[in-house]
Amino acid sequence: MKTGISPTGKRKSSDTFQRLMAFGALIIIFVGFSFASPYFFTFNNVVGILISTAVNGLLALGVTFVIISGGIDLSVGTVMTLSSIMCGVFVTYWNLPIPLGILAGILTGGLAGFVNGLMISKMKLPPFIATLGMLNVARGLSLVISDLQPIYFALDKNFNDIAMGSVLGSVIPGFDIPNGVLIMFASAIVAGLILTKTIIGRYCFAIGSNEEAVRLSGVNIVIWKTAVYTVGGLFVGIAGIIIAARLNSAQPALGLGYELDAIAAAVIGGTSMSGGEGTILGTIIGAFIISTLTNGLRIMSVPQEWQIVVTGLIIISAVYLDILRRKKQ
Amino acid sequence: MDNVLLCMEEIEKSFPGVDALKKCRFELKAGEVHALVGENGAGKSTLMKIFAGIYSKDGGRILYKDEEVNIPNPHTAQQMGISMVHQELNLMPHLTAAQNIFIGREPFRGFKFILDENALNEKAQKIFDMMHLKLDPRAKVATLSVAKQQMVEIAKALSFNSNVLILDEPSAALTEVEINELFRIIRQLRDKGVGIIYITHRLEELKEISDRVTVLRDGLYVDTVLTEKATIDHIIKLMVGRVIYESSPEIPEHPSDEIVLEVKNLIRGKELKNISFKLKKGEVLGFAGLVGAGRTEAARAIFGADPFESGEVIVKGKKVHIKGPSDAVAHDIGYLSEDRKRYGLCLGLDVETNIALTIINKLTGFLGWVKNTKIHSIAKDIVDKLSIRTPSLTQKVKNLSGGNQQKLVVGKWLAKNTDILIFDEPTRGIDVGAKQEIYSLLNELAQQGKSIIMISSELPEILRMSHRVVVMCEGRVTGELDNKEITQEGVMQLATQRNG
Repeated sequence: MKTGISPTGKRKSSDTFQRLMAFGALIIIFVGFSFASPYFFTFNNVVGILISTAVNGLLALGVTFVIISGGIDLSVGTVMTLSSIMCGVFVTYWNLPIPLGILAGILTGGLAGFVNGLMISKMKLPPFIATLGMLNVARGLSLVISDLQPIYFALDKNFNDIAMGSVLGSVIPGFDIPNGVLIMFASAIVAGLILTKTIIGRYCFAIGSNEEAVRLSGVNIVIWKTAVYTVGGLFVGIAGIIIAARLNSAQPALGLGYELDAIAAAVIGGTSMSGGEGTILGTIIGAFIISTLTNGLRIMSVPQEWQIVVTGLIIISAVYLDILRRKKQ
Repeated sequence: MDNVLLCMEEIEKSFPGVDALKKCRFELKAGEVHALVGENGAGKSTLMKIFAGIYSKDGGRILYKDEEVNIPNPHTAQQMGISMVHQELNLMPHLTAAQNIFIGREPFRGFKFILDENALNEKAQKIFDMMHLKLDPRAKVATLSVAKQQMVEIAKALSFNSNVLILDEPSAALTEVEINELFRIIRQLRDKGVGIIYITHRLEELKEISDRVTVLRDGLYVDTVLTEKATIDHIIKLMVGRVIYESSPEIPEHPSDEIVLEVKNLIRGKELKNISFKLKKGEVLGFAGLVGAGRTEAARAIFGADPFESGEVIVKGKKVHIKGPSDAVAHDIGYLSEDRKRYGLCLGLDVETNIALTIINKLTGFLGWVKNTKIHSIAKDIVDKLSIRTPSLTQKVKNLSGGNQQKLVVGKWLAKNTDILIFDEPTRGIDVGAKQEIYSLLNELAQQGKSIIMISSELPEILRMSHRVVVMCEGRVTGELDNKEITQEGVMQLATQRNG
């Protein structure tokens, strides 16, 4: 049949094959653009790709958990903004230390996820509807709290360094990888560990695979579904911090639309919309495919509108290829 | 009271519209294999689901280990040492066998949230070893055969070290070899003092594995017998023996010998094994068998709703190639599915639209403009002919009663003047009064020269309506009964006749 280990124990994993395919696609795109333009494969440009993937990558991490559990989260974009706004409120409005602001931002994301999870598991709202509601609530709250104005971080606080500074660069001269990129990778590693090694990850897959069977096995669905959405929300909160740091401000009008790229990344990376399947590595590769394409096309002076068309085509082909691969088994 | 583990008394259970269990009882001793048998709808699964905490009882008592207990959910049942393996598998296909077995009881590694996958696999392996089962705990369940999946469910039940194990039709998907293994495990457990409840349709297994047999019929307790002392025939009599209170109307005159439909050697994998039969003009051909016998599958294959691998369908003497329902309809075959609400009607639309569904494309004019007046008159005609009770032709179908909805589905096919009608459980969910009307309607249709295949799980219905009966068991036609030969026992025997 499909993936996993056959009963005799031999590793016959086409999960790996699929991830290899995604990675292979990324390599091909990379190599292709390198040949197409001399400006592509430069240190600065590659760093540009890395940092532009950071925010979407973090959002995609959060959304991956939710999709694997069989749900969806449309609010990741605006909740990210709300998180950045809360950070701004703590640091700029209330003059509290930056670490507290960061905590506030991340917990805002977690709280939104918690509420989403409760709406879905306890009130039995369909995930699409619950998170659509949250999308609007978060968006509105961002505008209300910020009074429609961006919240700027004082320059002397060096908030920007969190994303754009380079700890690595100060240790290894010339290797100025922005901190935001490292934070994304670190978060990805943590997300991967949570998904594969902890009980939250296990229930995430189980619920996405057959929620009724999990319920009949005596597991409390309300608690664990809520936990999944909360964990996803925490990563959205981290994304909020990173984007605020990058822009050195919390922009209340941002965010709407970011959820689409996040979901795209997860889907391109092999997360199944019907639940039960997905990997963090795949999602990260998916995020890179999107940003690499966008970057490469821009370097080749392809108008931005066409870049968006290409992203859409990539989503369609990635999922279609996956459907074909399954049929073959 | 030697070692009685379980005593269920006066159990009552109703679902909307149907009384599933009436004053039902059941008793189980430790260290025994107690089989539970009965026809479709007798209440076996329902009774056990009450015991396993999946359903709640409306009345009666449950005494477990001599104490009266209340079992509100599956978790409580598990805690009490009761495990059930269901007919429908409750597995998470994306997870491994070991992960499925221990869901909710995962071993942790020191730190509360981190899973210990190795310990998990070891525990699973121990159970598989005890079962002499060759299965990799790390195999994803979706990759396993249905039989192996069932074994995983059984392993899961065993992992609870229960006092009571309920198996609902466990041998359905297993081969001889696997069944022997299953029986070996069951005997092992019995010798250890576990009480095992074995629900089955396969009466030939009773002698092999059970100590006692309890028979249920129509939600009532009939009797409990010692397996060694009873005969299978006697058990069948207990299962079906009922007095038919409704008087059977005379089955209308013998139909002509003209064959309108012939099916030859229909095959599809394990579901349809060489189905062949003939349908005569003006005949009501009953299709009997247990749930899962393959009757609906056969009907859907003939109708083109599902594909089949090989076989011939010959309509009115001509061989036809039916690739989809539209082909079937073009050849004058209609299918009325079991689940009329899901597959037979557009509930949100009105009466006349539903009736016209099969012919609406012929009732259009320029640019697809629908001729409403024509639809209206055809619908009125049919509603009158079939005595469908509805306040108006524009009444939404979901507001009609079950019986009238069923008549509506028939009306849909009459509008198209379909000659060959396949009825799948025509009176399911319909009250007694409306049932009579449907029976009269069927008889009338047959007299008008329409040919009817009637799939039914209700023996009285089969007996009362059919000129002939085709009986299926596990995908095979096990026999054909003609008029005089049609008896409840006769049908039941053929329905439970498993070929090796």
